[in-house]
Parts: sequence; structure tokens; C-alpha cells
Amino acid sequence: MTNIDYKVIVGLEIHVQLATRTKMFCGCELIFAAEPNSRVCPVCLGLPGALPVMNKQAVEFAILTALSLNCKVAEFTKWDRKSYYYPDLPKNYQISQYDLPIGSTGFIEIPLPDGKVKKIRIRRVHLEEDAGKNIHSEGNFSQVDLNRAGTPLLEIVTEPDINSAEEVRLLAIELQRIVRFLGVSEADMQKGHMRFEPNVNLHIKKDNNEYKTPITEIKNLNSFKALEKSVAFEAQRQLAEFLDSGKVMQSGNKKTLGWDDIREVTVLQREKEEAHDYRYFPDPDLVPVVVNKKWLVEIKTKLCELPLTMQNRFVSEYGLSDYDAGVLTADKAAAEFFDNTVKAGGDAKRICNLVTQTGLKIANEKNCKVSQLGISPQKLAELAKMVEAGQISATASVTIFEKMTQSESAPQQIAESLNLLQKSDEGELEKIVDEVIAANPQAVEDAKSGDKKSKKANGFLMGQVMQKTKGTANPQVVAKILSSKLNKGI
Amino acid sequence: MSKDILKLTCRELRDSIAKGEIKSSEAVSAVFERIEKYDGQIGAYLNTYKNDALGKAKEVDGKISKGKSIGVLAGVPIAVKDVLCTTFGTTTCGSKILENFHSPYNATVIEKLLAADAVIIGKTNLDEFAMGSSTENSGLKKTVNPWDKSRVPGGSSGGSAAAVAAKMCFAALGSDTGGSIRQPASFCGITGLKPTYGRVSRYGLVAYGSSLDQIGPLTASVGDCALLLSVIAGHDERDSTSVDEKMAPVYDFSAEIDEPLKNLKIAVVPQLFEGADSEVVNAVKGAIDIYKKLGAEIIEIKMPHFEYAIAAYYLIATAEASSNLARYDGVHYGHRTKNPADYIEVYTKSRNEAFGQEVKRRIMLGTYALSSGYYDAYYLKALKVRNLIRGDFTAAFQKADCVIMPTSPTTAFKIGEKTADPLQMYLSDVYTIAVNLAGVPAISIPCGFDKNNLPIGLQIIASAFQEEKLLRIARMFESQTDFHKRRPEL
Repeated sequence: MTNIDYKVIVGLEIHVQLATRTKMFCGCELIFAAEPNSRVCPVCLGLPGALPVMNKQAVEFAILTALSLNCKVAEFTKWDRKSYYYPDLPKNYQISQYDLPIGSTGFIEIPLPDGKVKKIRIRRVHLEEDAGKNIHSEGNFSQVDLNRAGTPLLEIVTEPDINSAEEVRLLAIELQRIVRFLGVSEADMQKGHMRFEPNVNLHIKKDNNEYKTPITEIKNLNSFKALEKSVAFEAQRQLAEFLDSGKVMQSGNKKTLGWDDIREVTVLQREKEEAHDYRYFPDPDLVPVVVNKKWLVEIKTKLCELPLTMQNRFVSEYGLSDYDAGVLTADKAAAEFFDNTVKAGGDAKRICNLVTQTGLKIANEKNCKVSQLGISPQKLAELAKMVEAGQISATASVTIFEKMTQSESAPQQIAESLNLLQKSDEGELEKIVDEVIAANPQAVEDAKSGDKKSKKANGFLMGQVMQKTKGTANPQVVAKILSSKLNKGI
Repeated sequence: MSKDILKLTCRELRDSIAKGEIKSSEAVSAVFERIEKYDGQIGAYLNTYKNDALGKAKEVDGKISKGKSIGVLAGVPIAVKDVLCTTFGTTTCGSKILENFHSPYNATVIEKLLAADAVIIGKTNLDEFAMGSSTENSGLKKTVNPWDKSRVPGGSSGGSAAAVAAKMCFAALGSDTGGSIRQPASFCGITGLKPTYGRVSRYGLVAYGSSLDQIGPLTASVGDCALLLSVIAGHDERDSTSVDEKMAPVYDFSAEIDEPLKNLKIAVVPQLFEGADSEVVNAVKGAIDIYKKLGAEIIEIKMPHFEYAIAAYYLIATAEASSNLARYDGVHYGHRTKNPADYIEVYTKSRNEAFGQEVKRRIMLGTYALSSGYYDAYYLKALKVRNLIRGDFTAAFQKADCVIMPTSPTTAFKIGEKTADPLQMYLSDVYTIAVNLAGVPAISIPCGFDKNNLPIGLQIIASAFQEEKLLRIARMFESQTDFHKRRPEL
């Protein structure tokens, strides 16, 4: 074992469901979990005589994504038929793109935990229609639901540049962030909006020789967890298999596997890569797509700052931690809301805390975006400034934030009406501190003692002041007065 | 009275109905009288809809008596090839696999006929899925030629042609993929037009060879072809291959039909006369003489790639057909085998049981042509040949307004004569197929009779979207002759 070193090699195929209003080639609306076979028409049912008509929005979404993945966008592309028989495929061919994908030769940058960024090359990005679903009921039959048939899918294929299960997951998350930022997909994993198919093998160095294990493709993974775990499992399984059998990659020994989510193991689906002949040819029912300069320029106006760029900017410009910047840029609405608030004035770190700790929590409860809480960036900036200025406590800012979601009032007014403004007037507070000192000689004694009891006594005195002011005293000012009084007494 | 009605053209009938001289219901009754008397021998119709037709006729008559506006085909009884989807009756395509198929929607051309107030009286027989040249490949019925009941009516629109020739309708719609309107029109002594590819919407035309299929009229005169074309032509947003009307405007093509073309230049291809029967050649030469007398200039040209049309066609059309017909699988609709062992058998047995020999042959040919390893040698090569043939036509139309040649090398052949030899059958389309590959419009008009009193057809071909010119050229000949007025004794 000592002479063995190995590298995991993964290439990933990702299917992303686009958030168009209607299907890829007909006018049926895309609605999740509708009554089976209720969102269908002659076109997506593949009835005799029906003809597809391209959804331009889907093509624009595909081009936007391709551009964001640094791909070359095809000036001329077309639709091809991919033939295979399956009950959920009503025409028994899928309209896809074969030799002229809409995007090619790009890359995606993924942030690694050590702060570095890794570039993964993208081989191609193409559009296609989804199939329906076979429902295997009890009894000796199956049923077909064609609601999903014709849903626009973007297939993204990477080069085999991924070298660990963790990297696969990070790539998937980064891609999810990108398509959400672009608004081209909801990328909701629960709804199957992103599906993954990793191709895995190992490059093993043993006794100065290099061996490549047979490639396996894991089909149809629809969670980040399953993706990461299956690749990790597969890497270990392949290593064990190699050590056991010495089997290496040969033409025709690629296997297709499934992932058993419960036992957390890969299971064999097809032993040999079947000689699939999809008999691709250009779909004569559709006209080729010409992406001219004018259209491309128009599409480019819909590009936005990508999440990783924004995340890095939040770190470098606003001094946020990478973690905080990551939390904010996980959601475009939150990131932009934060950004606009900072631009309206106020301390970035303070605003970040308000957005991530309070805003996202409330938004989550209300099942909306943080930008939809009814608070403008300007008002939130005011709130942040009040905390900075010591007018309110951090705790009070949470209460005010919550109130602001229900009221049009300015944070200052809310603070006043809830009596949350802090007393920072030194003269006034000094009087109260004096009263507390006079009333608690033992505690003063302890506080001055400098030993273990001192900290606790200090806290007690502080608490007394807060009690007398009903919590409105600025703790920093009180601490300052208290400490100077106690020190003076020694 | 009814005898006189049947002699009218569609235009004359419509005008008489509009003026209240004839009732639509009388015309429909006259047609059904013929159908009931003769269709038992001819077999033109797969289904007729007497009650519905009379109902529609009465509706039109009612509109007229109330002085409401009416369409350009008001009250005219029309038959349609059973490859066009209709919400009434079945849409069988002459195949057992769709014998009981009910379409939930109407083809665009059906909607247009109905909007023009035409009365659709029935659906006509055809070669299964429009694959054939004699209508002998129908899986449901036998149709004979009204001129000689031992002979074929031609195909694949044999039912439509026979119905028009036997005066069992005033006009019919057919579809033409390689000659399926023109050749039966020629065999039955009537007029048939294949419009430019993209001129008429294919939505609801059950596809055979999508890049070649085009719907067109079969009528008793050139004027009626023009009238029907004006009704069915036009862009349809449901068919991406239908052409923008800015490029191909639609108007009443029959308005100036009697206006002869000045400085008419006609091209003939001497090489092409070699393969035809001498009687056919003589009739076509006779037609050329008439054009000469009318002042046309006749020029001789070469079309060097014409002879490769059949080979290219049987690769392109079958390739598309193999994919278009994949949807008939017994899963979603149509014939399903009884007691399949598994889902694979649903496919194999259903298709094996319900498709006829010719359909199976073409599916296999097309599947082979698209298979990996053969695609370049067959399908791709055929596309190149197609371009060369297009080039031949482009060159011809730079020199002449139209090209003239026989529609078919022979007159109607005997039933069973060519069924054992598919290649002989394919050769009967030698003159029509190149036109579909080039996508240009062509018409077949009666130009004589052979010694057996069988009609001979003259084919006139024009450049893309020049239907109006084509029809006027055809009318020039028709106005000098009475071949089109002859009808068989039944």
C-alpha cells in the first residue's frame, strides 16, 4: 500500500431546468406538481401532425448561462433529434442539440475552502426538452405522466477537471448560485431543477506505473449530498476494486451506476456501455437558430455581476469575512440588498449582521426575499447608523428591524415610540451610577477587590444601572463611568 | 338539376350558392348521391360524414338567406386526405395502427377550409402514411382508378384524386412528399398542385418526410387549384417552416388566372423524355406545341443531377419517416398488442402487427441511413445531392419561367403490377420527386389520353413561391384544350 498514490478524476453533466413560463416547444405552462397529464397539448404529447415551435426565452436563458460560464456562443445552431424508445418519451425521440451546442469551451470558477479559486473547464452547454415521468404503480402496469415532457433543460458538461467529491459539490453549489443570480432557473433541488451525472475514475500511481480505472457514470443524482457522497463512495470502491482485481480502463468497460440513497452505495445499472446509437439528425420541423450580433448585445444587457465576483468584492471592498460574503451571495436578492444598503451609508459589517442575522431570518419565516420585507436600503442604513452612534443597542436594533417590516415609520421614530433609545448623557447616567454605588456597598467592595469576585460584582452593578434605566442606558457609557468611579475610590 | 351541379367548378358553385341559385345542401346531396352509387366500386373514401356535411350546408344556406357574409368556398363539398387531423371522425393515415385514432385538434388547413365555409364531406383513402404511388399500400381499403377499375388511381393521394375524377366531391386536399398529389392527379385525369415548401402550414398533417411534405389541392380545373390555394396558404405560427407572408404574400391566386403570361419562356429537358412511354412523350410534345402556338419560347436545358433524385429521396424521406413514425408505439395511442410480456414487446409487437410492408421497409431503410457509421455515406450524401438538384432548378429558372415534363412516365398501371417490385414502383415517381427535393411548386394538368383512354398528365414546375405564375401558365394550356373536362363513365 505504501507505493500507492491516486487522483480522483471527475467530469460532471448537469441538467438545469429553466424558469421559462412555458415549455420548450409549445405553449403549455410549467407548473410543478399539477394533476398528471393536465399540462399537456398535442405538441408535448407528440400527437400525429403536431409540430414544435421554439421558445425564444429558453434560448436567451441558455445564451445568458453560456456567457456566464465564459463559453463561446454559437452564431449558428440547430435542433437535432435524438432517437430512443422509452414510454416517457412520447415521440420516441428527444429534441436536443448534437454537434452545434449553443455554448462551448468555457469555464467556471469555484471557491475552495482554503480561499483559492479553481477553474473547471466547460465542454458544452446545450438546450433540450425533458421527458415525462413513468410511474410504476402497484399491479402489473405502469403509468406515464407527461406534464414534464417538453420542459426546457440546459445540459452543461464539464471537462474531467474535478478532483474530489468536495470539489464536485462546490461546483454544483456554485452553478446553482450562478443560474439563480441570472434568474434562468429556480434551481430548486427538491423540485428536481438540477440533476447531476458524474463520470468518475481514478488515476493510480503504483510502483512507478500509472493506471486508470474503468470509468463509471452515476445517473440521476438530485441532491448535493448524494452527489458528494456517491463520488466519494465511487472513488473508494474503484480503489478497492483496482487493488483487488487490477482492472483498468478499456474501451467498452464503462459502467452505468445508480445511487442508493438509503444504503449510501452505488449500484450497477448497466454492465457494459451499450453501443447506443441515437441516430441524431437535424430536426426538419424546426429552423436553425441564428444568433446575430444585435440579439447577442440585447441578451448581454441582461447579464449581472456573478456571485463569486460579488463575494470577492464584498471581502475586498467592504472588509467582510469570506464566510459572511458567502452567506450574502448565496442569494442574489440578499446580496444586492446588502450592497445597496452599504452604498446608502453605514458600516458594512453592521449591515451584514443585520441582513444575515435578522433580515434573512424574517424573510425565511415570511417565505420571501430579504428585499421584499418592505424595508428600503436607505432605512436599513439609518438603522445601522443608529447602532454605530450608540443611539440604540444591538439588541434593540433587532426589535426595530422587525417593527420596520410592519410599519412605514423611520427607525428613529420606532426607537422612540418603543422607548429603545439609549441614554448616553454622562451627567444623567453618573447620577444613577452614584445612587447604585451608594445603595450597594458590599458589591462596590467586591468590585474593587480585584479578585475573583470583582467581575461578578461589576456585572451586578451594571445590571442595577440598567434596571433603574429600564434598559435604556448605553452600556458602554455606563461601563466607562462605573469603572472610573470604582478606580477613583482605591 | 343535380347533373348540372356536378359540372360546375368550385368557383361557379360557390357563386351560385351565394346568389341563392343553388343551395349548398343540394350540392352536398348531389355529391352523396354519387358516393352512394359509385364509391362501392371506386373506394375513394375511408369515411364520409353525410349528416355533418348536410348540417354544415344548411348552416351556410341559412347564412346566405339571412344575408350574412360568407367565405370563398361557401357551401362547396370538399374531401380531404385522411392524413390531415380532424376533430370529427378518425384520422387513420390509411394505417391499422391509427385505425381508431381520434385527433383532439384540427389541422390548420382544416380550420382554414371551415373558416372559408367549405363543407368537408369525408376523408379519402391513401397509401399508408402517404408512402406509395398507387394507394395499394393502404392498410384499410382498396381504391381503383375511375377510368379503368382494374388500374390503380396513383398515390399516395389516390382516394382524393379518384373522388374528384368520379365527381364524388368538387375538390379535395392531398399531400405531396414525392409526387403524391401530382401523380394520382395525372393517373385520374384531374389537376393537382404541390405548392412551394413552406407555402401551406403542415400543422396537423401527419408527417411522413417533414422536409418534403406539402399539402395541396386536387381539383377539376386550374382555376379551382388557384382558389383552394388562396384559402389554405399562409404563415402559421404553429409551423416554424411555414414562410413569412412578407416573403410570400397570399392573395386570390385565381383573380388573374385567365391572364396569359407574356414573353413566356419554357424549358424542356430532352434527356428526361427518354424514360417515358412514347404516348406520354407525344402528349407532352403536343402540349409544348400548343405553348409554341401561344407564343412561348421553348428552350432546351440539361438538369445533370435530376437522375439522382430517386436515390436521394429514398434516403432523406425514409430517414425522416423512421423518426416521424417512431411515436406509433402502442404506448400512448393507436394499436397496442394484446398481452405483451414486457414494455419492449409493447413496441415490437404493436408495430409489427399494425404497420404494413412498405411502411416497415421505409422505416428500416431510414433507420439504416441514419445509423452511426452510415450517416455520412447515406444521409449526408443525400443532402448534398439535394443541394445539387436545387442548383439544377435554380439554373433552369434563370433561363426560363418554368420547366415542363411528364408527371409520370406511364399512365395508370394495373393493380398488382408493381407491388412485388418496390423499385419499379419507386421509378413511377421519377419526374415528381426532384421537385420536392428542391422545394419548388409544380402542377399536373391533363394533357391527353393514351390508346386505352387513360389520362396523361403534364407537369409544369416553377420557382419557389411563383404559384401565381405557375397557375397562369397552366391555365394558358387548359384554356386551349378540353382534356380536363373529360370524365370517366362509371
